[in-house]
Amino acid sequence: MENILDKTIQETRDLLRKKEITATELTSFYLERIQRYDKDIMAYLTITGEKALEMAQDADLRIEHGEDGPLLGIPFGIKDIFCTKGIETTCASQILKGFIPPYDATVIKKLKEEWFVHLGRLNMDEFAMGSSTENSSFQTTKNPWDLGRIPGGSSGGSAAAVAAGLCAAALGTDTGGSIRQPASLCGVVGMKPTYGRVSRYGLIAFASSLDQIGPLTRNVADCAIVMNTIAGFDAMDSTSIPQPTPDYTEFLGKDINGLKIGIPKEYFIAGMDADVRKAIEESLSVFEKQGAILIDVSLPHTEYAVATYYVICTAEASSNLARYDGVKYGLRTEGKDIIEMYKKTRLRGFGTEVKRRIILGTYVLSSGYYDAYYRKAGKVRTLIRRDFDEAFKSCDILMTPVSPTTAFRIGEKMEDPLTMYLSDIFTIPINLAGLPAMSLPCGFDTKGLPIGLQIIGKPLDEGRMMQAAYVFESEKNIQKIPDAFR
Amino acid sequence: MKITKDVVEYVAHLGRLDLEPHEIDLYTDQLDRILQYMDKLNTLNTEGIEPTSHAIPVECLLREDLVKESLEIESSLQNAPERKGNFFKVPPIIEVEE
Repeated sequence: MENILDKTIQETRDLLRKKEITATELTSFYLERIQRYDKDIMAYLTITGEKALEMAQDADLRIEHGEDGPLLGIPFGIKDIFCTKGIETTCASQILKGFIPPYDATVIKKLKEEWFVHLGRLNMDEFAMGSSTENSSFQTTKNPWDLGRIPGGSSGGSAAAVAAGLCAAALGTDTGGSIRQPASLCGVVGMKPTYGRVSRYGLIAFASSLDQIGPLTRNVADCAIVMNTIAGFDAMDSTSIPQPTPDYTEFLGKDINGLKIGIPKEYFIAGMDADVRKAIEESLSVFEKQGAILIDVSLPHTEYAVATYYVICTAEASSNLARYDGVKYGLRTEGKDIIEMYKKTRLRGFGTEVKRRIILGTYVLSSGYYDAYYRKAGKVRTLIRRDFDEAFKSCDILMTPVSPTTAFRIGEKMEDPLTMYLSDIFTIPINLAGLPAMSLPCGFDTKGLPIGLQIIGKPLDEGRMMQAAYVFESEKNIQKIPDAFR
Repeated sequence: MKITKDVVEYVAHLGRLDLEPHEIDLYTDQLDRILQYMDKLNTLNTEGIEPTSHAIPVECLLREDLVKESLEIESSLQNAPERKGNFFKVPPIIEVEE
């Protein structure tokens, strides 16, 4: 069973289909690994072991009856941000502790329709606000490559669980880099699809014009398989794109001869780790050897992206988080009247970073400052979008680093929020433009920490990104699971 | 522009947040620095540029107005901190003079 960790979901499905293993054995294998390793990693907030075994037995019955499907009996870890009927969903916040959703998010519904197995809930920064998972109000997840370092965030639990082999695949969300940055720092594949490609219905909202759901997996083929299930139009999400979804696995194995790869010069800045630069440059030459053409492009408004993002995301967050008021669900702290009840509930229920963003967001939306900050940021967002439109006139795809550094130490950036915000400098512009982007493991620094290559596509061009990623992955076999967790 | 404690307290009130005194100090200092950083947006000329609210514009889709299954009252109320019958119960909203 140990070598299951090196198999793709499709290969694992073959073993299940041929009855060489059962879904129950597969689920027990992952549950035992969680038992053994998660006390060090702390990726899981809740382990739904009983539920998982129930789902696995159900999958086995279906296999017995000759049923088939791409995810039938495959064990997943789920970021604790997706409403899941009957399973506590906290967003790693005290304010939602004990919240049991009465319905399923669309992505969960789709996974259930494919008879997946729900192993448990993965840790994250509270309400997905953060880049290190240190803002979780329950625990800090550790990077499997170095337990003294952060796994990235906000989907840090998802990335760490996939990297340590504590699930076959995981779901995450990405508002400013929250799938790609932890995927990069933990050395796994992470995809943020085009805004609107995956339904956000039932996703607990942080910044609605930026949030997008995607998979974290150990290889590109698994990314394609999970995308096939979760992508597609949904009438329950008014921003869902009414376009058919291709079969993403059909892109795998196609060559990239003549593919034009744009290299934006603004993403190769001073202050970037020398090891990161070297790994990215070496990776680009791998694509070149496979017939791709590298083209210099410019995204001149890149340096304004972080400021734009933190105006827009905090404004949207302050509005979205108004719903946590102690009335309908979650924590309530009594007060003499309703206003005092709201204020005390929110004081006790929200952590430091969430309150900081609510205050900032309320400020930029407040009377007298709306035009100067919020409206201005919306206009700069247009300029950032146009940069990408312009760049894509001369290339098919863009490649950059995901993060200027590898994983930093726990506690290193907690004192200064601005430094933490700037660690997402290469991922944020993509959310502002609504584009698809993925993190692909491409090497290690001298300390043995993973480095991720960012592949950015045109709207709805996820297939081509995976096509290129698959070529690279097949050429360079990068280690996905650290030796300590083999 | 310098953020003062009064501004933080006022904005916290608008956001319906009570803050501890040490949080007010912390946020005053941090917000000031973050907003100074955001001021770099003002160095850009954006005259005549339309703001983007959604990066991928989707036309408003219409559907038939059909009655569909919705959440049952019990499941809607299952997480209520306090309820009375089929309602969410909250503290007094309008003061009644005695």
